[in-house]
Amino acid sequence: MDMPIPDAGILARKAGIVALLQSVLPADAMIHEDRQVKAYECDALTAYRCPPLCVVLPSTTEEVSAVMKLCQEQGVPVVPRGSGTSLAGGALPTADSVILGVARMNDVLETDYGNRFIRVQSGRTNLSVTGAVEDDGFFYAPDPSSQLACAIAGNIGMNSGGAHCLKYGVTTNNLLGVTMVLMDGTVVEIGGAHLDAPGLDLLGVICGSEGQLGVVTEATLRILPKPEGARPVLIGFDSNEVAGMCVSDIIKAGVLPVAIEFMDRPCIRATEAFAHAGYPDCEALLIVEVEGSEAEIDEQLSVITAIARRHDPVELRESKSEEESAKIWLGRKSAFGAMGQINDYMCLDGTIPVTELPYVLRRIGEMSKEYGLDVGNVFHAGDGNMHPLILFDANKPGDLEKCEAFGADILRLCVEVGGCLTGEHGVGIEKRDLMVDQYDPVDLEAQLRVKDVFDPRWLLNPAKVFPLASTERRRAA
Amino acid sequence: MLLPKDEAELGAIVREADGPLWIEGGGTRGPVAARDGVRLGTSGLTGITLYEPGALTLVARAGTPLAEVEAALAAENQRLPFEPMDHRALLGTDGVPTIGGVVAGNVSGPRRIQAGACRDSLIGVRFVDGRGDAIKNGGRVMKNVTGYDLVKLLAGSHGTLGVLTEVSFKVLPVTPEQAVVILPGLSVGQAIAAMAAALSSPFEVSGAAHRPGGDVMLRIEGFAASVSYRAGRLVKLLAGFGPAEILREGVAAMWRDIGNGAQFSGTGQDVWRISVKPADGTAVAARLEGADLLFDWGGGLIWAGVAPGQDARAALDGIAGHATLVRATPETHARLGTFHPEPAPLAAIAAGLRAQFDPRGILNPGRMA
Repeated sequence: MDMPIPDAGILARKAGIVALLQSVLPADAMIHEDRQVKAYECDALTAYRCPPLCVVLPSTTEEVSAVMKLCQEQGVPVVPRGSGTSLAGGALPTADSVILGVARMNDVLETDYGNRFIRVQSGRTNLSVTGAVEDDGFFYAPDPSSQLACAIAGNIGMNSGGAHCLKYGVTTNNLLGVTMVLMDGTVVEIGGAHLDAPGLDLLGVICGSEGQLGVVTEATLRILPKPEGARPVLIGFDSNEVAGMCVSDIIKAGVLPVAIEFMDRPCIRATEAFAHAGYPDCEALLIVEVEGSEAEIDEQLSVITAIARRHDPVELRESKSEEESAKIWLGRKSAFGAMGQINDYMCLDGTIPVTELPYVLRRIGEMSKEYGLDVGNVFHAGDGNMHPLILFDANKPGDLEKCEAFGADILRLCVEVGGCLTGEHGVGIEKRDLMVDQYDPVDLEAQLRVKDVFDPRWLLNPAKVFPLASTERRRAA
Repeated sequence: MLLPKDEAELGAIVREADGPLWIEGGGTRGPVAARDGVRLGTSGLTGITLYEPGALTLVARAGTPLAEVEAALAAENQRLPFEPMDHRALLGTDGVPTIGGVVAGNVSGPRRIQAGACRDSLIGVRFVDGRGDAIKNGGRVMKNVTGYDLVKLLAGSHGTLGVLTEVSFKVLPVTPEQAVVILPGLSVGQAIAAMAAALSSPFEVSGAAHRPGGDVMLRIEGFAASVSYRAGRLVKLLAGFGPAEILREGVAAMWRDIGNGAQFSGTGQDVWRISVKPADGTAVAARLEGADLLFDWGGGLIWAGVAPGQDARAALDGIAGHATLVRATPETHARLGTFHPEPAPLAAIAAGLRAQFDPRGILNPGRMA
């Protein structure tokens, strides 16, 4: 993955830039020694690393504003960072960039149950937002699997999803307002505690803009009352086709499960060997979870199991207790760890129309043979968001490149059947060069023009999302 | 009126235009006042291009009548989740609402509190920008973070960034049963408190409205046993607000009237749509003394019928939120502004975006002023 050649002028001016930034920040908010900045050389896409020029860790919106104003004046690129859990390289630095980390800004600013929102600083972790309101019976719905560590700032940057979005939507559907700092240091307030903002939907375009339009320092988030309970049913099938049809039939029947998770045979086997969840050895496994009171759960599960029975499942296991629910989820929740036990893996994130599931799984199986790399599939079937895990050996020369080529082919396949490159992880650097497979030049140009408005000098996270060639003229200007 | 038959013809019209283009779907949100320029209609761009009930996905050309989309969905027992309103009775207009017009106005009804607004169900757009270029964003899958989300930017942009040609939605199954819990005789403050309590419960209220002097109405939708259970629990939960009644007949018509602001039909008042956080509804109501009010979205959306020419926006002084003028004379629209004024930095960003998408300023110029 190419990155732009760092600006030699900026590298030469490092001491001066550091001194200027120190003049607007508390003493402990700056990291600039080579040994120390190394901790920020990558995010969760660890295959790519580059230490930044320096790292700033502001504690207030005013400090963020002062840093950005200075960086704009000095022409220094800024790479915003939440918790650094991006699988797409969204927070990967360049040698001439300042990492702006919001991790110290993690306070709850306001909790309002009557109006059902919470206002937090953006460095707060996803799970701790729910943690702040769950004793009072509320939760924050988007639940990316990194929720213990990932920051709301990153969730907004990537428009993160999770397992429960079929019912509750993703970050953009649960975000009411932001305080955001533009590259020139201007602080803007967009949206608020009311449900819709006036004028153009700027909040909608900021969410998912991968830190390229501004740095979000505070967020107003919708919180929801916790359901009375939830229970899953596990359904095993001998064919991916039939499992796919079952998913469609459940959706058509009028039940809206909170989650429909799908695992294929390679993933089931790896998981079973690792976690011993008692999964059947079958071609495809569904975990369907519904919410409500005990009686409501029974009513919904009876609809779902009746549909499943029509498709002749090899296994049908309805949870009747918390212990049984935990056991059903155990395998799914350890799937990534189980695959990681076998080898290094690359996790993809394409989305496909649910109806294309059997064809896409068959094609991935064929490509797996062609490339000679194993792949397991675990994904959110209700919304078509796939997570193929390609196994490779990072110590074997050429394996990473082979894995990346295989991954790119799978993502092109997702686009070809009417889907997209990324459902919840974001483009980052990882899928940057594949954007031309999904979008025509005119489509990409429209997006670049949006960045021109927010960040005319292209200093904010500039080497991400779009193919470098398409942004070269703007970055150089 | 120009009526392009496809996206290519529309692109050519926009490219060759030498003055303003006034874009119309079905024209149900009122005729554009006579101004210089050319009317451009989308009635040549019609038809559902893809509908996969098993994937909860529908794609239609922008000029497709809303009724056609709703009928196709109903045949598969599905619906648009956000319950778009019909403006005709309120505005005294005729014409046929189009799906593109719904998107351009981000038109969202009572279920918005539970299922989100139009923009939340919208998963893809195609549009022709002010340069005449046909641009796509998003697609036909419900989880998609590939590049910037121009889908949401276009929703509610009232044709000022581009002319929509095709829109894609995530749809939902129709719930088989519905009921309404009715709480009579509450003051505005009590009504908002009761709606907040209901919306803070796990009983999945899909509509929460109140007409001052009338009832609080709380809608429950789902399978039969579940609806009975949740309605019963709500009645218990809200016992402190007085005796409640559970209504099962006429529920659909009741919410259609709430969503369409039926009470304001033909009243001769100006009508405003005010968005605040629900708890601020009491203060806004007090300041609008004498106005005819309807609270929806648990109190977060206030419809206000006021004396012609009255500036209801003034009631928001010191309160976060915004007010849109929905029905008034052209003179009042011009004098008070249809949309709420934006803070300078946001107005600058909006102007910057319009300049990028429509550099000659020919698409519905000033429509969002």
